[in-house]
Amino acid sequence: MVEGRRKATDRLVTTVVTSAFLLALLPLVSVLWTVISNGLTRFDAEFFTSSMRGVVGEGGGVYHAILGTLIITALAALISIPIGLLTAVYLVEYGKNSRLARSITFFVDVMTGIPSIVAGLFAVALFTLLLGPGARLGFAGSVALSVLMIPIVVRATEEMLKIVPNELREAAFALGVPKWRTILKVVIPTSVAGIASGVTLAIARVIGETAPLLVAVGVTTGVNLNPFDGRMATLPVFSYFSYATPGVPREPYLDRAWAAALVLIIIVMVLNLLARLIARAFAPKTR
Amino acid sequence: MSTDTSPRPQAAAPPATTTKPVVQPGDRVFSGLAKGSGILILVVLAGVAAFLIAQSLPAIAAPADEIQGGGGFVVYVWPLVFGTLLAAVIALVIATPLSVAVALFITHYAPRRLAAALGYVIDLLAAVPSIVYGLWGAYTFSIASVPFLLWLEENLGWIPLFAGPASNAGRAMLVVGAVLAIMILPIITAVAREVFLQTPKLHEEAALALGATRWEMIRMAVLPFGRSGIISGAMLGLGRALGETMAVALILSISGGVTFNLISNGNPGTIAANIALQFPEASGVAVNVLIASGLVLFLITLAINSLARYIINRRREFSGAN
Repeated sequence: MVEGRRKATDRLVTTVVTSAFLLALLPLVSVLWTVISNGLTRFDAEFFTSSMRGVVGEGGGVYHAILGTLIITALAALISIPIGLLTAVYLVEYGKNSRLARSITFFVDVMTGIPSIVAGLFAVALFTLLLGPGARLGFAGSVALSVLMIPIVVRATEEMLKIVPNELREAAFALGVPKWRTILKVVIPTSVAGIASGVTLAIARVIGETAPLLVAVGVTTGVNLNPFDGRMATLPVFSYFSYATPGVPREPYLDRAWAAALVLIIIVMVLNLLARLIARAFAPKTR
Repeated sequence: MSTDTSPRPQAAAPPATTTKPVVQPGDRVFSGLAKGSGILILVVLAGVAAFLIAQSLPAIAAPADEIQGGGGFVVYVWPLVFGTLLAAVIALVIATPLSVAVALFITHYAPRRLAAALGYVIDLLAAVPSIVYGLWGAYTFSIASVPFLLWLEENLGWIPLFAGPASNAGRAMLVVGAVLAIMILPIITAVAREVFLQTPKLHEEAALALGATRWEMIRMAVLPFGRSGIISGAMLGLGRALGETMAVALILSISGGVTFNLISNGNPGTIAANIALQFPEASGVAVNVLIASGLVLFLITLAINSLARYIINRRREFSGAN
């Protein structure tokens, strides 16, 4: 083929860039394939309806871990969403460029970078001071997850509040509506789709966290619905312990680890999809 | 963009006394709540630092022989810091060029209508929980990488990095670095994609109009414009790789020593993985030691992330794209 050196370089780069993209997709495909093919072994009714209490070897399930994950994540959301929302409102509507607002922005950035295991250690340190050494409880996990979730909620909400057109606010003010009612009745409803999808993504991010729950909550074999007393099982930690410290024979433990990972991935993907659907369905019609 | 929405005194405005905004009780309560939440975040962060320091002090004050290894806290934590940095740097070296290429593909090569969907697919990589990467890495990826490790030992063994003997289960530093690279790829890609899209269209069109090929246009217009974005994205990725726990804990075979040998079974641990592995069974001073090592990790990631944010923010001010 006759072509110039420059043309040839251009073609070469096109090939390199395209194959880099395909290369990046390989792990995703491989991860999904591995988890699905291994996880389906134990995708039966018993798996979803029984706990691990008294189970040695085969059988057992993740009923207790699913409940634990839901309770701990719900509590974390309950802490994070109001704080995150109100902080974003402060940053966009009240703080302007004040010193406080700038330092909050900076430290929210810092928070996004906190390693998840450090968030877990923070909860451990806090509850050690409150309840004495060795304290493990579901609520400590919620606190750890909140540390990770709050900055995501703040960021997402802030972005959404910023794109609400100023004319809307001014129109409300011109009608004599007080500022707080303008925010509650005009600004937030306008951006509610974006906020809701941001919050959903934040939940999806923290629901799969393992490390903080591993150190702050531990794991247990039975159903514990009280987040303020004692250890609770969660899906990621259950999966980790089943894989890392299997009993004899190994197979049932590994199968349960994979099945729990599959449940987790399904939950995360559904939440991601939900976030996109919310954003699309309720997006303000611009044209 | 939030501009000042409170009534402004203007040239033709009535005297200042009447333009003073009427503050209703509801306003005071609501703004107080909002401000309070912001302050609460600062308090929580101060609390994170304070509680970690409080729980770390016993470890630092403890006599050297009470700490595992018998050499005091610094001797204990040093190999872990080394391992943490080594794994993260490997991840960065693998992920950065790949991410830039992927971001270029999405912004400049992929068909327009597909681009958004392809970006979403890459974002899915970030949605996969780290425990799943850990299981996959330990079960599938490490085994699959063994032939490659053997090849490295055979052909590049004269480089100390690949001295071997190659791990026959793939539980080596290089493998962990590769898995971490996959985990941080979406972050770097997202930031790079963002800045590539902001490249002034005029620059690109001018380059093309002068007869540049697509690659020359990218080299002359897109990459220089996006350089600081790539750097800060890479540093955000580095911050994430430093703190990654479960994948390292599940994949790496940890023996403790400080070594640059990337493909053998003898590897330094990382701070995060060490905490995850030791914490469930730790008690007494050992807990304080682990929390203190977490504090070290916190400080390292804090420094890296602050630097990354500083670069991003500085760039934002001078960006002509907005």
